[in-house]
Amino acid sequence: MTNWIIWLIPLPPLLAFFVIILFTNKNRALSHGLAVGAAGLSFLGSMAVFVQALGIPEFGRQVFESSIDWLPTGNTWLQIGVLVDPTSAVTLFFVAITILMIFIYSIGYHNFGQPAGDHDVKGLPPHGASVTDGHGHKHSVPSIEPMYSRFFAFIALFAFGMYTLVVSDNLLTLFVGWEIMGLCSYLLIGFWYGKPSARDAAVKAFMTTRVGDVFMLLGIAFLYSATGTLSFGVIFQPKVLEALASTPAFFGLSAAGLIGLLLFIGTVGKSAQFPLHVWLPDAMEGPTPVSAMIHAATMVSAGVYMVIRMFPLITAGWSEGMPLNPTMSTIAFIGTFTALFAATIAVAQNDIKRVLAYSTISQLGFMIAAVGIGAYVAAAFHLVTHAFFKALLFLGSGSVIHGMEHGVLHTGEHVDPQDMFNMGGLRKKMPITFWTFLIGGFALSGFPVLTAGFWSKDEILADAFGNGHLMVFITLAAAAFLTAFYTMRQIILTFFGEPRTKAAGHAQETPLTMTVPLIVLAVFAVGYGWVGLPAWFTGGLVPNWFHEFVGGTLAEMPAVAPFSIVPILTSLGVALGGLFFGWLVYRRVESPEKDFLQIPLLKNKYYFDEIYDFLFVRPAAWVAEKFTYLFMDRMVIDGFLHAIARFALFLGHAFRDYIDKPVVNELIGDGTGKVVKGSGSRLRKIQAGRVQYYMVVSIAVLVVVALLYYLLHFLMA
Amino acid sequence: MHIPLSWYLILAAALFCIGLFGVMSRKNAIAILLGIELMLNAVNINLVAFWRYLDPTKMAGQAFAVIVFAVAAAEVAVGLALIISVYRRRNTIIADEIDLMKW
Repeated sequence: MTNWIIWLIPLPPLLAFFVIILFTNKNRALSHGLAVGAAGLSFLGSMAVFVQALGIPEFGRQVFESSIDWLPTGNTWLQIGVLVDPTSAVTLFFVAITILMIFIYSIGYHNFGQPAGDHDVKGLPPHGASVTDGHGHKHSVPSIEPMYSRFFAFIALFAFGMYTLVVSDNLLTLFVGWEIMGLCSYLLIGFWYGKPSARDAAVKAFMTTRVGDVFMLLGIAFLYSATGTLSFGVIFQPKVLEALASTPAFFGLSAAGLIGLLLFIGTVGKSAQFPLHVWLPDAMEGPTPVSAMIHAATMVSAGVYMVIRMFPLITAGWSEGMPLNPTMSTIAFIGTFTALFAATIAVAQNDIKRVLAYSTISQLGFMIAAVGIGAYVAAAFHLVTHAFFKALLFLGSGSVIHGMEHGVLHTGEHVDPQDMFNMGGLRKKMPITFWTFLIGGFALSGFPVLTAGFWSKDEILADAFGNGHLMVFITLAAAAFLTAFYTMRQIILTFFGEPRTKAAGHAQETPLTMTVPLIVLAVFAVGYGWVGLPAWFTGGLVPNWFHEFVGGTLAEMPAVAPFSIVPILTSLGVALGGLFFGWLVYRRVESPEKDFLQIPLLKNKYYFDEIYDFLFVRPAAWVAEKFTYLFMDRMVIDGFLHAIARFALFLGHAFRDYIDKPVVNELIGDGTGKVVKGSGSRLRKIQAGRVQYYMVVSIAVLVVVALLYYLLHFLMA
Repeated sequence: MHIPLSWYLILAAALFCIGLFGVMSRKNAIAILLGIELMLNAVNINLVAFWRYLDPTKMAGQAFAVIVFAVAAAEVAVGLALIISVYRRRNTIIADEIDLMKW
């Protein structure tokens, strides 16, 4: 029964996608009703599975799995199926909630119920409509998104991809879901395709993640050729892992290590880790629910989820306490570096969504680093808590932008509604948004004890410290400090002080469809941390539920990092210190000129876009133009085709001049005619028309023939 | 008195030549038709004479002669009909003047 539900979980959003695209595109209410209803069904299914899983003791030993034969491969079958173990159960939990909240939020974000815009066109954000109220006053109000139904169709497909990925029991269907999300992220980032920047961002996101996906596919192919299967259940059997770990591959890596590394490169692309992080900030061009969808609930989580799934493979032959194997070291390095690197960029960004984008990259770095140092549970824990508070923050920022847009329309002032220096004082205008954003921000900063972010981040730090990875520990602590700092900067600039523009002064709280999801997510951003309270805090009265539950996924229950006061004090110190320092610096900053962190190097994201442009984009364009187009296409291929054409033409001419004209036409055609005509004109002379003349001729012939006959007869005789 | 075969053959040849001369020299289509009749009958004399003198037990010669009569009668009927038809249209029966098919 439960297995049936798991099979059915991804289906409603897929059906909603097709129904909306094919039938209900014109009817907005029906379209969003279908999409939200589908998300709700999947949510119910996920919760049913989750609750069932909770009821099973030692769930990690008796997971829900079911598979069918799918593709015949010679004598065997390629199996696909579903699997819900503790890790996917908790993932399913947060995915279902955030997706449902984002769906509901989108209704309000796209101004459902508002009039159609005066000059709105498809492919551009709505510009507002003017209405006349009862007193004859003219107002500008927000207008409904012109491609409202299409948006819900796309996010429904996106949800299908994510659910497929989470419930897959094999790498193949996981990859299918992965790529569906890649497609949807392209469609959604470029949703407002009328904006050149959105188009470029969509292409950039697609191309950058493609780099990772190609390596990931290589890893899948290698894994299949090495083991003959892609099902997790088979791959993670101890003897298979042992065989993979002891098979040498290239570069001194074992087969397991190389496969793990290739799959990890897929994660680097999907979860926007250095050096493939460049697409994620640009992905902010999409509508804000998309940012929340991609950067919190689904796509970037998918990368981390996959690498957590592959944990037994990556760590094959490694056990706790041993030095890290090369693959793990690489993963730990990339994650740690990205965490700090992205955090330093985030402090200098002024666009409210871009700050969050870089903070997402940074937080994903925390998770990747945790996987790299073997802290399986900590990575999964941070993945879940981060999904909640980052979805909350993105939706909150969308709410802020929405409120600002309202102010911009109301005052007619032309300011960028996403620039934090145009905001200020919004806490009075938008109280619900303010409080929920504050909760999300504090969770992101790791505000001690209360918020979920504190517990998950603390667990990563404790694992890093406890297992002696001191560099990782220090770097992550620094990143955590910066996180708290830029979060405070964001909160201060957005909500505190006095409004710095007229638009900010006239900002308005957003409708219920937007604020209710914020409140729901805020509850989880605080409360979810409490499921993973460490033993030192509870004094061992309550077991660390999350650790017990998720840790049970692995064959061997991972040990809890030994208690130490250092990481706890560090967590406390960096979170509070960062928040305080941020408050100290930014409470008086009114304009970008007074912000001492507006350093060009940071502002321009270490010039990565320019470097990539110089290193990859322009050479690629040059090769495309000069080599592929001008040389290969125009010269070689076209030249070859033209040569064939010329040869055919030459052959045709030759046939015409030497065969057709002289032989066929003149000799056979005209010649026959001439002969017939000539003999006709000679023979017609005997056609005198006089009967007796014919008679004479025929008798003469008769006589001649008879004479000849006789002559011959006698001569012969 | 026994009359030799050659006399009949000479008579037939003479009759044939008279008929041929008539066909070739006369301009009147009916006269040409008369000449043709003479030639056919010259052949008939030959057929009957050969039958009587060479192999009287077989009927082939006589039968042939009867068939020639029948064909000649049919030919005269068709020929006269053609001549009447031509006369009605062209008002002449002179063979030289009936030259529509000449180039």
